[in-house]
Amino acid sequence: MLTEEILNIEKIRADFPILSRKVNGHPLIYFDNAATSQTPKQVVDAIVNYYEFHNSNVHRGVHQISQEATDMIENARDIIKEHFNAKKREEIIFTKGTTEGINLIANGFSAILQKGDEIIISALEHHSNIVPWQILCEKTGAKLKVIPITQEGKLDMAAFEKLFSNKTKLVFVAHVSNALGTINPVKEIIAKAHQHGAAVLLDGAQATPHMKVDLQQLDADFYVASAHKMYGPTGIGMLYGKEEWLNKLPPYQAGGEMIDQVTLEKSTYAPLPHKFEAGTPNICGAIAFGEAINYINNIGLDNIAAYEEELLKYATEKLQEIEGLKIYGTSANKAAVISFNIESLHPYDIGSIIDKLGIAVRTGHHCTQPIMDYYQIPGTVRASFAFYNTKKEIDNFVKAVKRAKTMLL
Amino acid sequence: MGIEEIQDEIVDEFSMFDDWMQRYEYLIDLGKSLPLIKEEDKTEERLIKGCQSQVWVHAEMKEDKLIFTADSDAIITKGIIALLIRVFSNQTPQDIAQSSIRFIDEIGLKEHLSPTRANGLVSMIKQLKHYAIAFQAKMN
Repeated sequence: MLTEEILNIEKIRADFPILSRKVNGHPLIYFDNAATSQTPKQVVDAIVNYYEFHNSNVHRGVHQISQEATDMIENARDIIKEHFNAKKREEIIFTKGTTEGINLIANGFSAILQKGDEIIISALEHHSNIVPWQILCEKTGAKLKVIPITQEGKLDMAAFEKLFSNKTKLVFVAHVSNALGTINPVKEIIAKAHQHGAAVLLDGAQATPHMKVDLQQLDADFYVASAHKMYGPTGIGMLYGKEEWLNKLPPYQAGGEMIDQVTLEKSTYAPLPHKFEAGTPNICGAIAFGEAINYINNIGLDNIAAYEEELLKYATEKLQEIEGLKIYGTSANKAAVISFNIESLHPYDIGSIIDKLGIAVRTGHHCTQPIMDYYQIPGTVRASFAFYNTKKEIDNFVKAVKRAKTMLL
Repeated sequence: MGIEEIQDEIVDEFSMFDDWMQRYEYLIDLGKSLPLIKEEDKTEERLIKGCQSQVWVHAEMKEDKLIFTADSDAIITKGIIALLIRVFSNQTPQDIAQSSIRFIDEIGLKEHLSPTRANGLVSMIKQLKHYAIAFQAKMN
């Protein structure tokens, strides 16, 4: 079994200076990794190095440092392409993050969908995964269908199959649920959708920090992710699209970089990936994103997954010792996320008290009101773990939750 | 007791605590003693909606004084409202409308609340003063 010693978690933690700070007089215990993960020194160094020595605009300069910056951002694209096993580097588009990737696809499909066409999404989705499709449906007259969830917080796959018709054009699900941690059976979903001739977009925001994602093996048509959940900076993410699909979709934004020829009458667009990267990109962010992926791969995603699984199991067992505590999302196939409530206590009260003990968790509906409505609760306390967390932190967290319970009851 | 004196009293009480866990314990106790709004009065119009917790506030005149009742689904929020009600309830609409609330800054409450809760606190104070202004207008 993997242990903290084998992975040398103490050494890994030293890469994250924020983990040694104090909050409210207590050592920080950071269990809000599903909201944003912390950034290792190596990634911060890449950011500093870029601004100190290579800062310039990309793709059009004739001078040396512009060429260096161009090489660096394109190298980051290659790192991402390799990491996710895309077929071609042109299939990787830099975005601001997952939300922009989703909006880019929704905007593209507004040119493709006809009235009466259907889109399938799941009831597990984050608000940012629901609203763009509602707007798209309003715009195009397409219909939104929703995969229901089960008590365990899993997708109801039998119901899913019944949602298809010959009008189904697109299926959109989160690879991993942000609120409950459920890992969805995406390979099966993609296979089913393809049988019906529908494309599939996966939201990989919560999956990519925890597991190896092989896009060719999955056969996903589109995949989106955010760097800041993968130990990289905020404001940068990636959209993967199969080349044939990206060629079909119209550009999302107009501006520099995305054009080929411009006359006052008509412009032609640049080839992929630049067709979707209007304006000066987040050069530094993209470079740091690549560095974050290198960092993860140095530890090894399989090691990360195994260790986080251990943390999840340990925390689940320890939390269940607390009388009246109920965990939401009990699928056997889960990422390192635990959503819970204690009896009638409000999640916000628990979160506020343990914050004073230095513990960062998320409370509330996690931007997934439909899930909370399903369980008829106002929200949950969500603890989400990363490879730099430890069992000792979990022990202190459980102690703090117990203390909060005693205070509040 | 007037609004000023009650604020002094609260600042005194909070100065006795060493840390924020003790202050939270006190807020939780206060929350349990909050004069509760009647269930049937928990209507949409009496709801101050926040991202994290919900608050209902009701005001009625008894003789020349305003009496507030309230509730929330979160207990710490209830404690904070209990403090506000202690300051504002049983005062004349005029006094409430003209008052300036300083105890929150003086006990350091605002900086120790999460931003959503701090915003909620600001809107609660506004709401209570709105009631006072509305009743004042009615009386004139």
